[in-house]
Amino acid sequence: MLLIYCPYCKEERPEIEFRHAGEAHIARPTDIKAISDEDFEGFFFIRSNPKGIAFERWRHVHGCGRFFNAVRDTVSDKIIMTYEAGKPRPSDEEIQARLKELAL
Amino acid sequence: MADIQAASPQYPLDGMVAGSALVQITPAAPASRLALRARPDAIAPLSKALAVKLPQEPKTSAQGTAAKTKGRRALWLGPDEWLVIDESGADLMAACQGAGGTFSAVDVSNRNTAIIVSGPAAEAVISAGCPQDLSLKAFAVGACARTLLGKTEVVLLREEADVFRVECWRSFSAYAFAFLAEALRDPMV
Ligand SMILES: [Zn+2]
Repeated sequence: MLLIYCPYCKEERPEIEFRHAGEAHIARPTDIKAISDEDFEGFFFIRSNPKGIAFERWRHVHGCGRFFNAVRDTVSDKIIMTYEAGKPRPSDEEIQARLKELAL
Repeated sequence: MADIQAASPQYPLDGMVAGSALVQITPAAPASRLALRARPDAIAPLSKALAVKLPQEPKTSAQGTAAKTKGRRALWLGPDEWLVIDESGADLMAACQGAGGTFSAVDVSNRNTAIIVSGPAAEAVISAGCPQDLSLKAFAVGACARTLLGKTEVVLLREEADVFRVECWRSFSAYAFAFLAEALRDPMV
């Protein structure tokens, strides 16, 4: 079982308490009726699905109930870091520093 | 005109009992319960109105501060969410009426029911279905968390070193009780 650090509970909790909730940092267009069908398709359906570092939303659904974001390596399935919803996407330097810390 | 009718509470675990030489599993007494969601500005007014300090540390609970509310508990469930439990028959909705700040309070007295698991094997029995580390070091007396027990969501509160309160939704309670009763037959317990 994976242990996932919840930034609200401030500790690692068993994976089974969490639920994956799609790609993170996708901003809903401020004037959604003004955008083209192609732009809407991009916003609504198209996901980056990278091999490697991915930014994802997770929810501590059977815990504090909160949504938060996680940086996960889709190859190793290791969660590199988690942070509160609304916080900016961590920079490459922050991710690299964290990787070093974890010795991954 | 239609008459206003109040549904009468149900106690689906009434009379149920399970146990061994090492653990007792019994339904908890009926309680008043509040599901509280509050903005920071409402935490102090609500703590005063309910005479129990709403804890702000994850995984912690607090007991009533006044003589009359000693048995009342506020459980941290999330950064703006608490479960308040009182077994003295108090009207919690009335108590927080008019408290300042922005908050919502929902009476869930009869949505939940609770099971008390006590005895030297209490921790082992709950661990049969709960993925959290329940050792005293990780889950101290007074610790609480919303988590899982088998296939159901529960709120777990460690009232004493070997006494746990398992709060679960009423409709799942028969399953939760049966799960715990089955767990105590495990040779590891
Ligand atoms: Zn959490």
